[in-house]
Amino acid sequence: MTSRTGLRIALAAALLLAVLAAGCGGGGSQDELVVGEFGSLTGNEATFGTSTKDGVGAAMADLQASAGGKIGGLPVRVVVEDDQSKPEEAATVVQKLINQDRVISVIGEVASSRSLAAAPICQSASVPMISPSSTNPRVTQVGDYIFRMCFLDQFQGTVMARFAAQTLKLKKVAVLKDSKSDYSVGLAQFFTEAFTGLGGSIVTEQAYQSGDNDFRAQLTAIKGKKPDAIIVPGYYTEVGLIARQARELGLKQPLIGGDGWESEKLIEIGGDALNGCYYANHWALDAPDPKLQAFLKAYRDQFKGDPDAIGGLAYDAANVLFGALEKLYAQDPQAFKGLSSSRAGSAARTDAEKKLRDLIAATTNYGGVTGTITLDQNRNASKPAVVIEIKDGKKIFNSSFNP
Amino acid sequence: MKRLIVAAVTLGALAGLDLLLPRFLNPYFMRILMLCGISIVLAVSLNLINGFTGQFSIGHAGFMAIGAYSSAMFSMHIGVGWVSALEALGAPQGLAQAAALVVALLLGGLAAAVAGYFVGLPSLRLRGDYLAIVTLGFGEIIRVIITNVDAVGAARGLPGIPQWANFFWVAAAVIAVVGVSLRIANSSHGRALFAIRDDEVAAEALGVDTTRYKVLAFVIGSFFAGIAGGLFAHYNAYLHPNSFTFLKSIEIIAMVVLGGLGSISGSILAAVFLTVLPEALRSAQELRMVIYSLMIIVLMITRPGGLMGSREIDVRRWFGRRARPA
Amino acid sequence: MTEFLQQLVNGITWGSVYALIALGYTMVYGILRLINFAHGDVYMLGAFFGYFTARFIGAANNPNPMKAIIVLLSAMIACGLVGIVIERFAYKPVRRSSRLSALITAIGVSLLLENGGILLFGADPKFFPQIIRAREFNLIHGVTISNQQLIILAVSLILMFALRFIVLHTRTGKAMQAVSYNPTAAALMGISVDRIITFTFMLGSMLAAAAGVLVALQNPKIEPLMGIMPGLKAFVAAVLGGIGNIPGAVVGGLVMGIAEVLVVGYISPTYRDAIAFVLLIVILLVRPAGILGRNVAEKV
Repeated sequence: MTSRTGLRIALAAALLLAVLAAGCGGGGSQDELVVGEFGSLTGNEATFGTSTKDGVGAAMADLQASAGGKIGGLPVRVVVEDDQSKPEEAATVVQKLINQDRVISVIGEVASSRSLAAAPICQSASVPMISPSSTNPRVTQVGDYIFRMCFLDQFQGTVMARFAAQTLKLKKVAVLKDSKSDYSVGLAQFFTEAFTGLGGSIVTEQAYQSGDNDFRAQLTAIKGKKPDAIIVPGYYTEVGLIARQARELGLKQPLIGGDGWESEKLIEIGGDALNGCYYANHWALDAPDPKLQAFLKAYRDQFKGDPDAIGGLAYDAANVLFGALEKLYAQDPQAFKGLSSSRAGSAARTDAEKKLRDLIAATTNYGGVTGTITLDQNRNASKPAVVIEIKDGKKIFNSSFNP
Repeated sequence: MKRLIVAAVTLGALAGLDLLLPRFLNPYFMRILMLCGISIVLAVSLNLINGFTGQFSIGHAGFMAIGAYSSAMFSMHIGVGWVSALEALGAPQGLAQAAALVVALLLGGLAAAVAGYFVGLPSLRLRGDYLAIVTLGFGEIIRVIITNVDAVGAARGLPGIPQWANFFWVAAAVIAVVGVSLRIANSSHGRALFAIRDDEVAAEALGVDTTRYKVLAFVIGSFFAGIAGGLFAHYNAYLHPNSFTFLKSIEIIAMVVLGGLGSISGSILAAVFLTVLPEALRSAQELRMVIYSLMIIVLMITRPGGLMGSREIDVRRWFGRRARPA
Repeated sequence: MTEFLQQLVNGITWGSVYALIALGYTMVYGILRLINFAHGDVYMLGAFFGYFTARFIGAANNPNPMKAIIVLLSAMIACGLVGIVIERFAYKPVRRSSRLSALITAIGVSLLLENGGILLFGADPKFFPQIIRAREFNLIHGVTISNQQLIILAVSLILMFALRFIVLHTRTGKAMQAVSYNPTAAALMGISVDRIITFTFMLGSMLAAAAGVLVALQNPKIEPLMGIMPGLKAFVAAVLGGIGNIPGAVVGGLVMGIAEVLVVGYISPTYRDAIAFVLLIVILLVRPAGILGRNVAEKV
């Protein structure tokens, strides 16, 4: 046997070991409730995944404090997976969570593209999936096991248009959207429809791509059209830079945006350039809601920083799930047992999943930290949106819009 | 006659496996198996271009993307119509879908092959590094174009592709690409490709039509990459331009290089290894990419020939026959 | 007219950044015939080293030119060292191997720097502190230029002239030229080829680092994957001007910067990345040697 052959045998053995290691994923020894959470912990949108994970972590900490981490006598365990910001990876990890870890429910994802990749798998496996903040309408259309905790971009666009036309009394605006993000493109479209419906006009529509650093070309074109305001329905990472460069180019108009602006880094990146700007959001951190303030305090203690809206929505998603689990245990303890990890794959499990789904769908007037949540018949959250104003480097609550 | 029997038996075995495997493997493992198959098709097809012919092509994901999107568009707009029509005529659903899938895959492969032709052309004037960058640029241009065309979903992605791909078709594609590569390798065409790889000027001087063969390598390689893309589209049922970035091209190159440039069996082994490895390393998420890149560097420094060098696993030797002449 | 001039100003500023990065590519390629894929990531590291230095010495608290220069120099020196390390451990062992092996190694190093950066710095973007207070100046016709843009232009020019001086008027520089023409003959002449290669990598990395800090001044968002696109575009710029040709890199960089800004402003911003590669394909098909390059016959 030559050394070459030996090398090949060693490599084949390593390959085999790798396969076996992948196989030994599931199978805990004690009965527990296994919940899956997936997000982009690495890759382009790594902050989304981290926020989701922390939000769910905060909900788990609450559960630990209030009930020793158990529901119905069974301990709750959250399995977190990373989808590397890639849609096909999202499908793979959800498949793994369902088949290897035998989760009873999945929380995720933030980006609509990855939710769309994962949702069909959850639907066909009859595992409820709760997306904290995917705003593309198609996500919940995949099936009746798919839910979302946030409002749709249609509503958000209307809110922004109402604010611009009625509150700020603007007549003509420019739109600067992120063409690489389905969220931004959709939001820009809904805003435009609503704004023109209210009598306003769009003087120009420009686009950039998330990841861009330089927007001077687009801003120079906008400057020439002299709008009353610039609508920027993108993510905070670019918005801060856009504001800076706009001011450098001599543009003094206010910028208006959506919940993609929401991040503790927004002011850090944008600085003084953001004063006098507004954005629609799920919550306002300075609102006097006691539940919100309690959550903020606990979050700051646990994670040493402020949560963003994604974290807040993930927290609410986890709590809605826990609430539904508790209700199921209270209403039908026999069926509830079907959710324990030892019953995975049985008819009892399928039956319990259906009952769980029904309870989640019946969520009405749930007081979450991101607002009062009621899931409508399309399993989307019907809740008010707030408009945040940035003044002297601080985010303050401006107004609230009901659906 | 013998060949027909072998072909029929193989197809029968594949169909049987297609029915049996889901009973033994849960959907997660099935998924890994399917992804391995698609990776094998990608790696072996790239091996034709990089390994056999020595052309630096680092934009393979672009061909995959073309195949994926064109086959998906066909299926979504025309294919489903055909399936309904065939079913109305009494054909069983599986057969109708299979027929539509075959047409979709072939279309995707063809579209990618056309692109391969146009990418192969500059190879006439460009060598080595320049060709590499042009192929990279081509891959990026494809991705940017897809991100801008609304009809294919642009940056929002393309959901709702009919999920017609199953184990049978992935395995068939693997057999096809490996078979074609083996036939080429053992023919005079293959020898021409190897000659170009080893010393292009000498090959030209000896009368080898380097132009024709270089372009041919690109066309065949990109055809199969397009098929792999079509299978990818019809398995995931959802396409997004982010799946076809430069990083994807690098992953395919890593498979070919790890396996050994020019070795088909090497590409197969490496493709499987590099598809399964990330799953096994799930626990070490953040380190995964760092390990990956270190592996590439160390490999290039210590064993640039890869696992197999340019040799193949000769199945005949296992059965006691003489090894085939080099 | 105002808009066009404004775009031109923006384009020239970006062009000088691309030129700085392209210089590193072109020098390394001229000597080693290697496309150093990791060069764009050295640019990223320059921005990050500058970020950490600026936070360490509190340069944003009382911005003054001295602190800014310290930030720039420390980033350059740190990246110069990084360049030396990369060359010694990753590229030297594959110098005798095939070109494809060297290319793949370079890709591997690039991936390592990017993912190592994600591991060490975190994937979320950081905000480069304001080490220079921003001011705008009005030029003719309502065109504005910020002092950051002026600084970028000034520093780029200084560095380019410094490089030109080194290459043309010092012994080491002449040795660099000799090695790029014919390494064997240079070795026979008593030039230590290894030392020259190391020196070239160091110089190129320092320039890339300077580009990183300068860009971070103007566009403060930095993250570990920020070097990929500028790196590729700067390589295209080097090819545009004639790879291996130092003035060519400058010309190529400027053309690249202006073309990109004009396409974004007048056609569509979504094609920003594609324009670089379209330019590449055009120049390689029309004039492969580049604008200032010479056609070198391949000897058999």
